[in-house]
Amino acid sequence: MRRRINWGVEVIPASFEYLRADSVDVAIAALTEHGDEAKLLAGGHSLLPLMKLRLAAPSVLVDVGRLDDLRYINDAGDHIAIGALTRHRDLEISTLLASAAPLLSHAAGHVGDPQVRHRGTLGGSLAHADPASDLPAVILAMGGTLVATGPNGSREIAASEFFTGFLESALAPDELLTEIRIPKLDAQGWSFQKFNRRAQDWAIVGVATVRANGSTGVALVNMGSTPLLATAVMDAVKSGATAADAAALANEGTEAQSDINASSEYREHLARVLVRRSLEESGLA
Amino acid sequence: MQITVTVNGVERSGDVEPRTLLVHFLRDELGLTGTNIGCDTSSCGACTIHVEGQSAKSCTMLAAQADGLSVTTIEGLADGDTLHPMQRCFQENHGLQCGYCTPGMVMAAVSLLDENPNPSETDVRIGLEGNLCRCTGYHNIVKSVLACAAESTGASK
Repeated sequence: MRRRINWGVEVIPASFEYLRADSVDVAIAALTEHGDEAKLLAGGHSLLPLMKLRLAAPSVLVDVGRLDDLRYINDAGDHIAIGALTRHRDLEISTLLASAAPLLSHAAGHVGDPQVRHRGTLGGSLAHADPASDLPAVILAMGGTLVATGPNGSREIAASEFFTGFLESALAPDELLTEIRIPKLDAQGWSFQKFNRRAQDWAIVGVATVRANGSTGVALVNMGSTPLLATAVMDAVKSGATAADAAALANEGTEAQSDINASSEYREHLARVLVRRSLEESGLA
Repeated sequence: MQITVTVNGVERSGDVEPRTLLVHFLRDELGLTGTNIGCDTSSCGACTIHVEGQSAKSCTMLAAQADGLSVTTIEGLADGDTLHPMQRCFQENHGLQCGYCTPGMVMAAVSLLDENPNPSETDVRIGLEGNLCRCTGYHNIVKSVLACAAESTGASK
């Protein structure tokens, strides 16, 4: 008897209840009702792959992907306000971002591949809080602020307080990330370094740098359980260190993991090299 | 749950489980087997279709997410017996070997030229990074896309 193989069976998600939210209020009500059992679905390009591998199995999926009122990029005076459902492709081609936050539009154009960028959202990427993702580090480097909306209204969370652990954020179970605010920086220079071995892979290590208003923000991709600010590098640059001297401090406070792509030692080496390139590309001698 | 998706210009309804992936709805419910399943992990791009005119991987979308939206598959590109220019350019430039990645490549390439009608060779290579060809036949795939771009920008001049 021949063994029947149905390749599709192993890679579909476990069963769940699907709710499509047509407003922020409906989404929050669903989260309030279902608590930890529920997950929000935006573009789905972080969550669905995990669900297909059964690494995530929420019993309720609240689809916020149609909340088009949360898909915008606006000039809000002293900052740029970006709706959480704004897709990577929207960021990539935004003329406002190209002039006011070129680091973000450039990096958004390097997330995944075109198909991923057409569906994936900025809010989804941040809320997923994957240390290997590009945009969390970019928002950290730029000193962004995240707006979370829950049953009792909205609150602001600094990007530096948002990422609390591996795939964990400061969002409460009944909160929805609604807006991302980027300070309008008069950037003197910026750089995004992403090192990977194959097209469309996550960064083995990545570095986002922006120099503006006398300070330098440097954030690291995939150098610990969360996206990290390279505070030792930032302090050294502030005290007048050269790019080479500052980059030597790239691993302070990091806890790089070893995996199939790289050993932790190799990641630490890459971080030093990429931080130096990033500082130099952003104009530091 | 009941969904209605406009597929290749025609409204198609179906009763699906919430966890049904869009690619399974297209292939198993609608019989549109031109969209291939390759890796099932969002890597290879064989299942690339257009959602609201933009390329997307149909293995990484729920059918429910496409409810009410417009989807184009490889079956929707040709006009009767007349191939879409991108399909013809793949044929003329031998842009395929085994053909498994071809529907996804063609759909990704059409989306690429929509966004960048006059790409460089590098633009094409980077623009198709979401699609893998296990025959490694990339050279002629890139040639096909560049030929199609040259044809259409030449025609519009």
